[in-house]
Amino acid sequence: MAGLRYEAPNTVDAAIGLLSEVAGAKVLAGGTDLLVQIREEMIDPDLIVDIKRIDETRRIEITPDYVKIGAAMTGAELGENEELAAMWPGVIEAVELIGSWQVQGRATIGGNLCNASPAADSVPAIIASGAKIVVAGPQGVREIPAEEFPKAPGRTALEANEFVVSLVLPVPPKRSGDAYLRFIPRTEMDIAVVGAGVSVSLNEDGTCASARVALGAVAPTALLVKDAIDALLGSKLDDVTLEKLDKAARDACNPIDDKRGTIEYRTKVAGVLVRRTAAIAWERAQKQNG
Amino acid sequence: MPSVTMKVNGKNVNAEVENRTLLVQYLRDHLNMTGTHVGCDTSQCGCCVVHVNGSSVKSCTMLAVQAEGADVVTIEGLADGEVLHPMQAAFREHHGLQCGFCTPGMVMSAVDLAKENPDPSETEIREWLEGNICRCTGYHNIVKAIAAGTKNMQG
Repeated sequence: MAGLRYEAPNTVDAAIGLLSEVAGAKVLAGGTDLLVQIREEMIDPDLIVDIKRIDETRRIEITPDYVKIGAAMTGAELGENEELAAMWPGVIEAVELIGSWQVQGRATIGGNLCNASPAADSVPAIIASGAKIVVAGPQGVREIPAEEFPKAPGRTALEANEFVVSLVLPVPPKRSGDAYLRFIPRTEMDIAVVGAGVSVSLNEDGTCASARVALGAVAPTALLVKDAIDALLGSKLDDVTLEKLDKAARDACNPIDDKRGTIEYRTKVAGVLVRRTAAIAWERAQKQNG
Repeated sequence: MPSVTMKVNGKNVNAEVENRTLLVQYLRDHLNMTGTHVGCDTSQCGCCVVHVNGSSVKSCTMLAVQAEGADVVTIEGLADGEVLHPMQAAFREHHGLQCGFCTPGMVMSAVDLAKENPDPSETEIREWLEGNICRCTGYHNIVKAIAAGTKNMQG
């Protein structure tokens, strides 16, 4: 590590050039995971590429068709954007659960995604939003659906010398709402036993027009739960629907046993948490007529 | 080695540091400002909180080279000569410490809280301290000190 090089390029192309130049180079967005991993000698990169000085990674662009969030935007910065918080409250509540106040000011949405922890708080909410991940690399720019981005603990769909520039979320239609809940043994500053993200759009008659349900911390990666979505579509979130939703979430679980919870416990909590999350998303959708 | 220039407690400082050097290591080992403590290696404990461009940051989550051009304030920069900062005075008055190890980070976080929320409730203070751990579990007096210190800062 003595020879560690640090670069903070100003452009996407310069960043790709640097990543291509040095094998095993690491991208730094906020650094709250990366620097700890270096300190703990889990990794020993020869080059750190800090992407915070690249304009595209440091802005929020809200258009009538989409919302583009720079990968190096911090949780604190996202929470301060009222327009974004009104559109995607669940995504914002998820990013605001990452770390303490001081870490919030450094840790980024792109970093949380790329660190690829199965329990990362923002990831189920990002998947539930229907986001696409904008990735730049030597072959150009491509978009990856959020649910296809995490591949395994610590591993993502990024190919060699690629990095995440931004996330593109749709602008939700009328009568839409999203929510994220996580369950932890403490009240603050812990890693999710289960995280659940739900987004829904309702028809005028109050039935579910579209939905996305994602779970975190119950499998090697965050999951988009197809059967849970099917349970919600067309429903009014009645008791029978909730029961189906609960079962679909439990069936999707493939968790580990650890000090925070056993397999049985995590599975049970997943069902309960997804019901509660869906109820919040529903309530927000009902209030959201604009 | 790269050169880094920043302002620390109002003074311009310049040094050559290895890229791997964390901001907290730079403050403690290069500038000999050991008021900023290191309680963990994992950005959890909050002992190393300093202000970077006005925001509280755990100085173990930043490389020194990332602070190029930044305005950094440490616990040493709070007092005005012999006169304690109102938040420091409140910690003394309310005995907001036991062993004192976490205190620099507690005080720096508390000063940031007072700027964000001039009239925090007890619950808000406790929530704010989620990133600052007191190994002595002396939170009760810390919370009292912060409530008083926040008031003092308005006066």
